Amino acid sequence: MIRLKTEEEVELLRENALLVSKTLAEVGKNVVPGITTLELNKIADTFIRDHGAIPAFLGYNGFPYSMCISVNDVVVHGFASDYRLKEGDIISADCGTIYKGYYGDSAYTFPVGEVSEEAKLLLKVTKESLYRGVEKAVVGNRIGDISYAVQEYIESFGFSAVREMVGHGIGKHLHEAPDVPNYGHRGQGKKLEDGLVICIEPMINAGEKSVLISDDGWTVTTADNKNSAHFELMVVVRKGKPDVLSTFKYIENDNN
Amino acid sequence: MAKQAAIEKEGTIIEALSNAMFRVELDNGHVIIAHISGKMRMHYIRILPGDRVRVEMSPYDLTKGRISFRYK
Repeated sequence: MIRLKTEEEVELLRENALLVSKTLAEVGKNVVPGITTLELNKIADTFIRDHGAIPAFLGYNGFPYSMCISVNDVVVHGFASDYRLKEGDIISADCGTIYKGYYGDSAYTFPVGEVSEEAKLLLKVTKESLYRGVEKAVVGNRIGDISYAVQEYIESFGFSAVREMVGHGIGKHLHEAPDVPNYGHRGQGKKLEDGLVICIEPMINAGEKSVLISDDGWTVTTADNKNSAHFELMVVVRKGKPDVLSTFKYIENDNN
Repeated sequence: MAKQAAIEKEGTIIEALSNAMFRVELDNGHVIIAHISGKMRMHYIRILPGDRVRVEMSPYDLTKGRISFRYK
């Protein structure tokens, strides 16, 4: 069931989206070689609670942490642990909030120190594919147009889109209809209507598209052990130009 | 947090139950209960035991499915 959001609901979702964006920036400031992923999880958890919200992932279907921390070949849903980040790693941080009854969800992949040229390219291309998908989130288009925009761009670099995991609608629940895959054909899928709020989240592998889900039931890793990047933004479908609720400006202005 | 996409599997109808529900044996050996999709109902497409069908399943409940296509 696709529920379109009213102006008031979009504003509440915007507050959530901004809080997640600031949380990711706070986490990003602390992404340095030597820090453990548990410490990063704690930073996000504290930051969210200090702002009067609740971390959305903790306890979601039994997920044990406030943030998904996915390093290198882990695609998504990685667990925090005593693992210390080292130079050359890429770490994807995915975090969610519950505030005033609505949800926020966004993600960013950070390089740790200096990373390889291939990793830099993967991050740049994945982020750009997200922007290209966002551009297509306008009234009159279909989900497939967003999916195709992401897939076509990343495949032109030899990367591949994960099939098993998809983006989603968001609102009073973390995951709502519709599914927003990162692969697809133009002109297919549900029609986009004014007021539809979706999370577009390209999960892109440097190598093959196959992934494995680990025994803990959550952690998704690439089958060929190559790197995987993940970026996510919350977007409201509007006429002509989409309204992007979350932003990377807090993350990127800090690093500059 | 990303969502898991719906899974499409193929199987064979073992038994017809009431209310357009069927017991299906998937190619991987699992036996599930699936219902006929609205689109197939609308077009009066009949399904009988022994038919080969495509089933859509949610990754969050692997015991139930929706029959979306009947192969010739």
